Order: sequence, then C-alpha cells, then structure tokens
Amino acid sequence: MAQKTMIQAITDAMHHELKNDDNVLIFGEDVGQNGGVFRATEGLQDEFGEERVFDTPLAESGIGGLSLGLALQGFRPVPEIQFIGFTYEAMDAINGQIARMRYRSGDSKSAPITIRTPFGGGVHTPELHADSLEGLIAQQPGIRVVIPSTPYDAKGLLISSIRNNDPVFFMEHMKLYRSFRDEVPDEAYTVELDKADVKREGKDVTLIGYGAMVHTALKAAEELEKDNIEAEVIDLRTVSPIDTETIVESVKKTNRVVVLQEAQRQAGVASNVISEIQERAILHLEAPILRVTAPDTVYPFSQAEEVWLPTHKDVIDKVNEVINF
Amino acid sequence: MKDVLENIEGQFEMFQVLDENGEVVNKDWMPDLSDDDLKELMRRMVYTRVLDQRSIALNRQGRLGFYAPTAGQEASQLGSHFALEEDDYILPAYRDVPQLIWHGLPLYQAFLFSRGHFHGNQFPEGVNALSPQIIIGAQITQAAGVALGIKKRGKKAVAVTYTGDGGTSQGDFYEGLNFAGAYDAPAIFFVQNNQFAISVPVEMQTNAKTLAQKGVAAGLPSYQVDGMDVLAVYAATKHVRERAVNGDGPALIETVTYRYGPHTMAGDDPTRYRTEDMTSEWEKRDPLVRLRKLLEKKDLWSEDDENKVIDDAKEDIKKAIKKADDYPKQKVTDLIDIMHEELPNNLQEQMEEYKEKESK
Ligand SMILES: Cc1ncc(C[n+]2csc(CCOP(=O)(O)OP(=O)(O)O)c2C)c(N)n1
Ligand SMILES: [Mg+2]
Repeated sequence: MAQKTMIQAITDAMHHELKNDDNVLIFGEDVGQNGGVFRATEGLQDEFGEERVFDTPLAESGIGGLSLGLALQGFRPVPEIQFIGFTYEAMDAINGQIARMRYRSGDSKSAPITIRTPFGGGVHTPELHADSLEGLIAQQPGIRVVIPSTPYDAKGLLISSIRNNDPVFFMEHMKLYRSFRDEVPDEAYTVELDKADVKREGKDVTLIGYGAMVHTALKAAEELEKDNIEAEVIDLRTVSPIDTETIVESVKKTNRVVVLQEAQRQAGVASNVISEIQERAILHLEAPILRVTAPDTVYPFSQAEEVWLPTHKDVIDKVNEVINF
Repeated sequence: MKDVLENIEGQFEMFQVLDENGEVVNKDWMPDLSDDDLKELMRRMVYTRVLDQRSIALNRQGRLGFYAPTAGQEASQLGSHFALEEDDYILPAYRDVPQLIWHGLPLYQAFLFSRGHFHGNQFPEGVNALSPQIIIGAQITQAAGVALGIKKRGKKAVAVTYTGDGGTSQGDFYEGLNFAGAYDAPAIFFVQNNQFAISVPVEMQTNAKTLAQKGVAAGLPSYQVDGMDVLAVYAATKHVRERAVNGDGPALIETVTYRYGPHTMAGDDPTRYRTEDMTSEWEKRDPLVRLRKLLEKKDLWSEDDENKVIDDAKEDIKKAIKKADDYPKQKVTDLIDIMHEELPNNLQEQMEEYKEKESK
C-alpha cells in the first residue's frame, strides 16, 4: 500500500482498467501527450498507445456523441470533460442521449460510459470552471452521479463506474486532487456504487455531504466535539441515486440532520436528500432539517470565493440551531 | 462525380504584405496608412508586448489572476483591431484582452477582470464589446446575433468575433458562420490559428488543410493571412469590414500565428507538447521586428521612440495596478445585487444573511 493523492488514485484506476479490459478507451481534450490539464491521464498514452488514449478535437458535444457511438461498437469509453462548466456543451449528449440509450432501445442497447470531470471551488479559476452541476445530471433518470471525497474512494468508485454497464457522471473536486494523501492499495479494488459511507460516527447530529463538503463536515465535527457534540458524518459518494438506507439508519440514531452542499441552495441534491428523510423518518426528527449551501448567485468571480463557499463555521451554526431547537 | 476538395484546399494561399525582412512584397495590397498610422500600429504592438511581459510577471507575483499570454499574436490582434471603428462590436475570447484595451477598456478594469472582480466586466458606456468569453465558441453564435441586430438597426458597423484554431472545432463555430451567412449579417469571424489548442496541435484538431476553408461551406469569403504580418492582417480586415458594412455579408479570416508563451499562467508547460526549436523558428517571423524594420527604413522609428513606448506602458501599468488595488473588494452581497434587476424573495433573504456575515 502507498500514500496517494486523489489525482494519483484516479490515474491508478484508469491504469488498471486500461489493462483489465481492452475495450476501455480514454479520450478528451489534452489527455494524450499532455496527460490532461490536471495530469490525471499522465503517462497513460505512453503506456497504452494512441489507439487507447487519445486527444479529441475541441468540442464537448462531439466528445459526448463520440462516446455513445463507441459504446455502440462495444467499447467502454472514459471521456474527460476538461472542466465542469463545459458540461453544458455536452448536455444533450449526456442527459438527452447517453442517459436515455438503454431506455430508448428497450433495454437492447447500453451506454457503459464514465464521464470524468473536475469541479468545485476554491482554486481561483475563471468563469464556468468551478461550478457544482451535479444537480443538473442528478435530475436526469438513467445516469448515475458519483462524487468521491477521498483518494481511496476515488480509485474504488472509478473502477466500479468504469465496470458498470450504465453511464456514470464522475465528478472530481479540484480542491481535493492534491490536498491530502490516503492509503490506497496498489491493486485494483472496487467501492460499491449507490452506497453512502459513514466517515465518522456520532450520536447527536447527522451531517450529510459529498465531495469537499465531507471534509468541511469533518472539520466541523472535530470542533463540535470540544463542545461535547458528537456529529456523525455521512459521505453520500453516489449522489444519484441516494442511499436512503444508510441515511435513515443514522437519523434514527441522531434525530437531527444538517445537509451540506457546495452548490447553491436552489441547486445540488440537498433538497432531494431532505425530502427522502422527511418521507421516511419524520417521526424520528427532533428538529427541522437544515441546509448549509452557497447562496443563489452564479458561481462567484474568484475574488469573493472564500465568503461564498460554505465553511465549517456555517455548519457549526446550523448544528447549534438543530441541537437547540 | 467530381472531387472538389483538393481543388479548394489548393486555392488557399497565405496572404502577405510585409515579409520577414520588412520588405513590402505585395504592393497592390499595401494599405493606405499615413506615417502616423504606421507609427501608431508600431506603438500599440510594442505597448502590448510590454503589457504581456508585465502581466506575466504580475501573475507570478500573485498580483494578477487568470491570464492568457499574447506575445506573438500582436499582429493578428492589433492589426485586425486597427481596421475597426468605434461602433464595431467585439466579441472576444479570453486571449483577446489587447483588442478590448484598444477599443477603450481601461487597463485597471482588465486587471480587475483578471483578478476575478465583476467590475472588470462593467465596460464603460461606448465600449462596444463583451467581456472575454471563457467558453470556447460561445461568442461565435452570439456574433451572428449582434451582426444581425446591427443590420436591422441599419448601422454602418460590424460584429467581429475572435476564436482560436481549437475553437473552429466547436459546433458553435459552424452555426455562427452559417447563421451570419444565411442572414447576410455584417460579421467578421476571426480565427487566430496559433498552432495549438493548449497542447493539441492544429493538425490533430482537424483534417482540413486550412481553417479558412471552413468558411467556404457556409458560403463566406474566407482568407488565410500571415498572422505575423500586421499590414496584411490590417488590409484583410479592412477589406472584409468594408464589404460587410456595404451589405455584402460576413467573412472569415484565419491568421497563421503563434503564441510564444504558455497557454495560460495556470500551470501549462509548453515543453510537454512543442519544441524550443519550433518557438525560435516562429520568433524569426516576429510581427514587431518586421514592422520595425519597415519603419526604420522609412526613418519613422528610433530606439528612443521604442524606449518611450516601453516607459509609457510601464508607467500606465503601474498606475492601473494601483487603481485596481484601491478598488473596493468584491463582496458576496455585490454578487447577489447583480443577479437580477429586482431581487427575488430568495435573494432578498440571502442578501440580509450575507450582509450580516460580511459585517462580522
Ligand atoms: C467549451 C470549452 N471547452 C474547453 C475549454 C478549455 N480550454 C480553454 S482554452 C482551450 C484551447 C483553446 O485553443 P484555441 O481555440 O486554439 O485558442 P488559443 O488558446 O490557442 O488562443 C481549451 C481546451 C474551454 N474554455 N471551453
Ligand atoms: Mg490555438
């Protein structure tokens, strides 16, 4: 085992799957010789050749359509959308076509495609690079949305996604790419899709998040411990569909919930999580479920990012509210 | 059945006026520019080169944010802009900040744009332009709309939009050309082919031998121009602009050029995808050197002139940075405020919430 960053874990996963299955193809803008703008595909073209790992012309709608076409020829495409905001360019390909392939062919065709894309704020990018667009894809039936929060999960979830016979939109938080390391086994392993993970156990309140917000929740939990509040932290990992079982189990124990997302209040999947809880466990709740989100503006020009992005302090405030309700 | 492809591709020739030695090689197309105009063109190119060098340095010191280097592309950017009029509307990409500055955008606002402050995008009245487009290709379809609007209003002006070689792969590119063509709208589609889209060489971007030929399918007059030759770029732009304002419709110009620097200042490493030899070959065709040679032969430019421009530019930059530093910091409440004409109830509530946060 070795200590790896999330970006290394992601490269590792693609490396295993390129080796494991000749049908796996990796492509996107600058993923070849350049190894991707974040170096996620570093060295893969050298090792597996241009037939398996290749650059595309600059057109995301084209990348989406190409993926679906290759899938119809039995390949298992792992395209990269260079930054999250360019997903809009590929929106018809993803939501309109890829997600609907199995359905519209009456289950006679499939689209085993894993679309990888970096997202998330705090790294001072220009417009349309840092948005949290998981909600847009999560609203589309037929495609999963997976968002890892640790290097270990990233590798296992990416391998599971690539092996899955349905499409996955795989979002990698930029801030987590190199911010810390984790024990990551050298061999291939899977982490189950559609399964949330309890990242920290506690009995007083359940914090539910995904991506970078898991770390915000963990930081808040550490602080709260000083006040003798034991927070349980659930990492959704797959944000569509939502693992209601793990959530409800936790709610039954803590009776109090705060849901976190980096996305704006009107976006993301928090409202979905809350609806599921109130339908399934309302009688276990001692307080309203509160949310920690960004405000309903367009993702900020980079200068106001720090205030705009939710922080662990916001989480602590909301936890105190639900505890003192 | 006749295959016309070879025929079409073979007919594109690189349009040049001024060669690498500063000789006018195409007298018929030598633009009718006064000595003062020629000096002004030179001044703008030198100034912009300094601005590029300073911007890179400021970025490295953490005093600027997002920045896409421009050195090598001055002839394409400034030669084309020099052929425009104030009423012409510019829809630039992220690398086209120089055109905006010469179109009237104050330097300190360009710096605020780079730093991710919304005031950098609040263009003063009369600066007919959009702020730099980050989404490759989005500006191209919009240019067709601006051009159609100009036509409907009966203005004697054009919409000019800039994109790169990579940008010509987007569906938006073809859609924009086709729309403008269908409406005979006064648009100029300007493609700066600097050989790379980040790391991807233009040969891998397309099977087309020229990018200019992409205009042919949409029925647009299309030209391939030496993008290191400011006089050729000027002459070509002037030509297509005149056609457009006279109601003869849109056109496409591809300039063949090169960026000397990295793609942006956010970690691009050009040694991964191109050789230093390639860069030094292109540097021999440098647009500044070329025009300087011509001007020196005409006794219009001296070392003193050059130094004066350099000093002026540095001074302007210093002042503009100071002004950007002094500008009030952007707040989340500012951003809430610019979301709608009238704040809807969700944002009214959040406005209060963030006012309180910001007061702490
Ligand atoms: C829709 C979209 N896709 C991808 C990108 C990321 N990106 C930014 S610049 C660039 C290359 C553009 O190359 P080109 O059009 O040749 O312009 P140049 O940068 O060379 O001026 C890419 C892929 C983007 N900004 N927008
Ligand atoms: Mg280019």
